[in-house]
Amino acid sequence: MTGAAAESAAEQDGAAPEAVLCVERLSVDFRVAGEWTPAVRDVSFTVGRGEVVALVGESGSGKSVSSMSVLGLVAGSARHRGSIRFHDTELLGLGHEALREVRGKRIAMIFQEPMTALNPVYTIGRQIAEAIRCHEKISAAGARARAIELLTKVGIPEPERRVDSYPHQLSGGQRQRAMIAMAISGNPEVIIADEPTTALDVTVQAEILELLRGLRRDLGSAVLIITHDMGVVADVADRVVVMKEGEVVEEAPVGRLFAAPEHEYTRRLLAAVPKPPPPPAMPSLAGVPPLPGEAEPVAVTRPETAVGVPPPTGAWPAGEDTTLRVRDLEVEYPGRLGRKGFKAVHGVDLTIGKGEVLGLVGESGSGKSTIGRAVVGLARATAGSVEVCGTDVTGLSGRRLRAFRPTYSMVFQDPGASLNPRLSIGDSIAAPLLVNRRADRAAAHARVAELLEQVELPAHWAGRFPHELSGGQRQRVGIARALALEPELLIADEPTSALDVSVQATVLRLFRELQDRLGFACLFISHDLGVVELLAHEVAVLQNGRLVEHGPAREVLTNPRTEYTKRLVAAAPVPDPVQQAERRRLWREMAAA
Amino acid sequence: MRRFLLTRLAQAVLQLFAVGTIVFLLVRLIPGDPARAALGEGATEEQVAQTRETMHLNDSFVSQFFGFWGRLFQGDLGTSLLSSRPVMQDLPDRLGNSLELVLVSLIIAVTLGVLLGRVAATRADKPADHALVAGSIFGISLPVFVVGTLLLMVFAFLVPILPPQRFTTPWQDPVAHLQILILPVVTLTAASCAVITRMTRAAMLETLSADYVRTARSKGLAEQRVIKDHALRTALLPVASATTVELTTLIGSTVLVETIFGWPGVSSLLMSAVGQRDYPVIQAVVLAVAAVVILVNLVGDLVVRALDPRAEEA
Repeated sequence: MTGAAAESAAEQDGAAPEAVLCVERLSVDFRVAGEWTPAVRDVSFTVGRGEVVALVGESGSGKSVSSMSVLGLVAGSARHRGSIRFHDTELLGLGHEALREVRGKRIAMIFQEPMTALNPVYTIGRQIAEAIRCHEKISAAGARARAIELLTKVGIPEPERRVDSYPHQLSGGQRQRAMIAMAISGNPEVIIADEPTTALDVTVQAEILELLRGLRRDLGSAVLIITHDMGVVADVADRVVVMKEGEVVEEAPVGRLFAAPEHEYTRRLLAAVPKPPPPPAMPSLAGVPPLPGEAEPVAVTRPETAVGVPPPTGAWPAGEDTTLRVRDLEVEYPGRLGRKGFKAVHGVDLTIGKGEVLGLVGESGSGKSTIGRAVVGLARATAGSVEVCGTDVTGLSGRRLRAFRPTYSMVFQDPGASLNPRLSIGDSIAAPLLVNRRADRAAAHARVAELLEQVELPAHWAGRFPHELSGGQRQRVGIARALALEPELLIADEPTSALDVSVQATVLRLFRELQDRLGFACLFISHDLGVVELLAHEVAVLQNGRLVEHGPAREVLTNPRTEYTKRLVAAAPVPDPVQQAERRRLWREMAAA
Repeated sequence: MRRFLLTRLAQAVLQLFAVGTIVFLLVRLIPGDPARAALGEGATEEQVAQTRETMHLNDSFVSQFFGFWGRLFQGDLGTSLLSSRPVMQDLPDRLGNSLELVLVSLIIAVTLGVLLGRVAATRADKPADHALVAGSIFGISLPVFVVGTLLLMVFAFLVPILPPQRFTTPWQDPVAHLQILILPVVTLTAASCAVITRMTRAAMLETLSADYVRTARSKGLAEQRVIKDHALRTALLPVASATTVELTTLIGSTVLVETIFGWPGVSSLLMSAVGQRDYPVIQAVVLAVAAVVILVNLVGDLVVRALDPRAEEA
């Protein structure tokens, strides 16, 4: 039986599998400033043998705390009530020694960010061997051989050599594979995966999720996967538990949850997800190249239903109305004394017309951010030119560059880190006005109020500080600050990737409306194809610092020409289990090809 | 690592050259005639002329400079103006005595500091932690000469369990040597140990909440292993860097401690040389101490490097 057949068989199997892990009325409180504050309230769910259960929710929903409680890994002063049973063993209140017997051997964990979840000073081989040796009497050499075996199993190339690599010497995907190798070293009955792919690129995510399904199939382990990504849920889960503010609001088999979500919150969560483009047409499957009309998706929800704003329309302005023209751009980061530098961008050409949004996509390390930085003069172009509104900014420096800077502005990824915590948000927004002497204090004050209203924040919030705002509100402040000088060009570097989906949706809607109204040109850098399709008129795809594809957004994303873009599009999971199964099939064929 | 070692060695050589040049210039920058300054008002013309000769002050500046380095390479640090003995005859013993103080204090300070820091971090916000934090603040804030003088007063005179003795080398009388070693080492250790305790505590508090420590627990490792192999091991990186800096401070403090306890190290040699304007001896001591500091920093950097595999590619 093939893997896909086994999975669909498991899905169709109506009888619930025997519960291995059973969480009942779990409540977890944290002691904050001397008072017990609930983080999780009366949460109940079960995980059956060989089943994949997804625990879904936005940040602060208590999904991680619930899953960490299983192995007693909740940090700090936490109080647990209720029950967590593993077979017949009550795990809550279990003694340290007895709990150690369960940890790693019978229930294993995979964590979010393998760079920080693996110890940086030990080789991955040592860390895997350590996991083996704390449950089994085995020689160091034996453990090492097993570690190599495990690395082979999780698909790390050259396992004999990689076993001696330190975490920082591996790529993000390889690190997560090593982490998984460690988790499966004891053949656990349950694997708890806490956002296992959040820190990874979509293409790597697709591989890791495929690996997890394979392991579930081969080892028969049950998987409890914690995620905020509905696409991931649709891709791997059998059953879904939706959490909100520490409580379970809905639990349903994956098909039913997506087809007929019962709870209002689930519906909102699903609606908020920007839908990635439909899978690329595969000539190898269809036999003949698709006709232009066929590329038009039928089943896929169009972006407008997602956030209630029509997609970009109209023809892009002609050449003379160009806001940004990047020609043959090369950026090389200098190496240390006597060493070769690293060339991040190789001869990239881009143009953005007046009022146009260009989406720049690619995997991490592809040079997206470097291009953004080169455009604003934060990274030095080693060759080529960057013209903003007809002026070459690569040659500018010092005073002249400063005088030119108000022409463009930037919205950064992490609004928490890019706002000065000691300045009120009003002062942060006013700073560009005052620094560039565009307004005196009184005028700046009035402009701040206006800007705050533009980003749909109350004007009287100007005196508040960043820590008093939520992530989405902070990013609105970031956008307001970027718009203060009415720039011609806005560079947005992953502006919503740090936000929850529902927050992301409102920020994106706001961004679209502002862009429509104010008509600034925008270089929108993102790894999320759904977000890009929603906002961008045109899309440029980067791979290893080179432009591999460039064209109108819909065309590139629905009918990609290059292998790389096809893989990128196919790897992005859609929040629809039926479609996702089809995409997964396409992806497998593409990966096999 | 090899590349790093070579660059770092080249740096050390450059630093030594710079220190040597400064030391060379030091004497030449004294206003007037250094030989007369050294000998004082009452010296005869003849004595001055002879001293100028021994200090090579009659040669041209360039040949003085190369002569200085040439003699240095041959291990000739000059002749003391006071005792007329070659500096190399006294310096090695004195330097050895000083290094003994420094190294013994360092080993105790690091061992004890890391141990206490670990105890404090793993019992954060408990009485043991509070006591250790308070104790370390005390240790850091008390100047070396106050601690030294107090210890001397208490243990040599009020409760004379460690009365002042003549200095004996360990090969003459190991027990007596150990007895006279205790007070100066305790004095030197107090401050350094406090600094290292605090560093270890702070670093461990951070590593204890690191993701990889949670991973280690999730594997089923025993708590003591988690603390020792994961939290403490990574916490040692910043502690090792801080220790290198601390060692330099320790060498500085030794000058005071040697004076308080009458320890025959380089500092008493330096003190008397400075008082008598015995330039060749001053030059030699400064050079020797600087060389030790440079060497210590080199070793410290190598240790930090060896502890952190990530430094390899940086």
